[in-house]
Amino acid sequence: MSIASKANSLWEYANPKKFLTTTERVLPFFWVSSAAFLVVGLVWGFFFTPDDYKQGSTVKIIYLHVPSALMAINCWIMMLATSLVWLVRRHHVSALAARAAAPVGIVMTLIALATGAIWGQPMWGTWWAWDPRLTSFLILFLFYLGYVALWEAIEDPDTAADLTSVLCLVGSVFAFLSRYAVNFWNQGLHQGASVMRAGAITGTDTEEKVSNIFFYPLLLCIVGFVLLFIALVFYRTGTEIRARRIKALLARERVNA
Amino acid sequence: MMPDLGKYADTVLSAYAASLLLLVALVVFSILRGRKVRAEMEKVEQRMTRNG
Repeated sequence: MSIASKANSLWEYANPKKFLTTTERVLPFFWVSSAAFLVVGLVWGFFFTPDDYKQGSTVKIIYLHVPSALMAINCWIMMLATSLVWLVRRHHVSALAARAAAPVGIVMTLIALATGAIWGQPMWGTWWAWDPRLTSFLILFLFYLGYVALWEAIEDPDTAADLTSVLCLVGSVFAFLSRYAVNFWNQGLHQGASVMRAGAITGTDTEEKVSNIFFYPLLLCIVGFVLLFIALVFYRTGTEIRARRIKALLARERVNA
Repeated sequence: MMPDLGKYADTVLSAYAASLLLLVALVVFSILRGRKVRAEMEKVEQRMTRNG
């Protein structure tokens, strides 16, 4: 099969029935594997890693903070991709996938903000600072809330999908800033990337990076969060597809009555 | 079995409690709504089949 025909076959999943049958088949794998990765990663990180020489036991918060922050940004990027598919190709499943992902993004952003604040209090001496990364993350959180509110506020689903897609495009600036704010403004309390940085992974730069003792369980937690995100988005998109079908059936029933 | 978290025990445990609570709530609410919507769809489909 050529690359072009493989890419074309992806559009088959824009068919709600095909999407539902495929995701229902693969969902048990994602639920079980995400639980397995999360349990192993968190137990390893919490019980079997030493304290950091600077941060003490608060280093254990990294196993929740980094994966959730990563997913908060990546969730918006996924919503951006599916919103663009909706705007260009008008596939309902893609708009519903973006809608289904938003509450997951809210929770991920909330976990990142909460764990950051809880860690910041003893380490920085403050729960909050108007630091570039923290501020852009807070704005991203507000964009998530606005996105969900806009879906709920508009009755016509196609109009709601159009407007939320545009909002998603605008909010992408803050998703991007959340990741790179530290690089743009070399100020603030939040440290630069010390985990998901090419130089840190390959060991080609001399900047501070996370020790391997903490990195391996962290990697398991990141994989666990990614798998959980996929499971939740597949499941929740299925729910949105069914909710849309209910609306369509009820409308047809009203016309026939 | 519980590691010695020292003077930061409250900090670490509250971060874990808040995060796990949010994650579990997200999964539980997603599944509950999913089941409710699925049951409602089946009910509507059955009604429409009965009524032709």
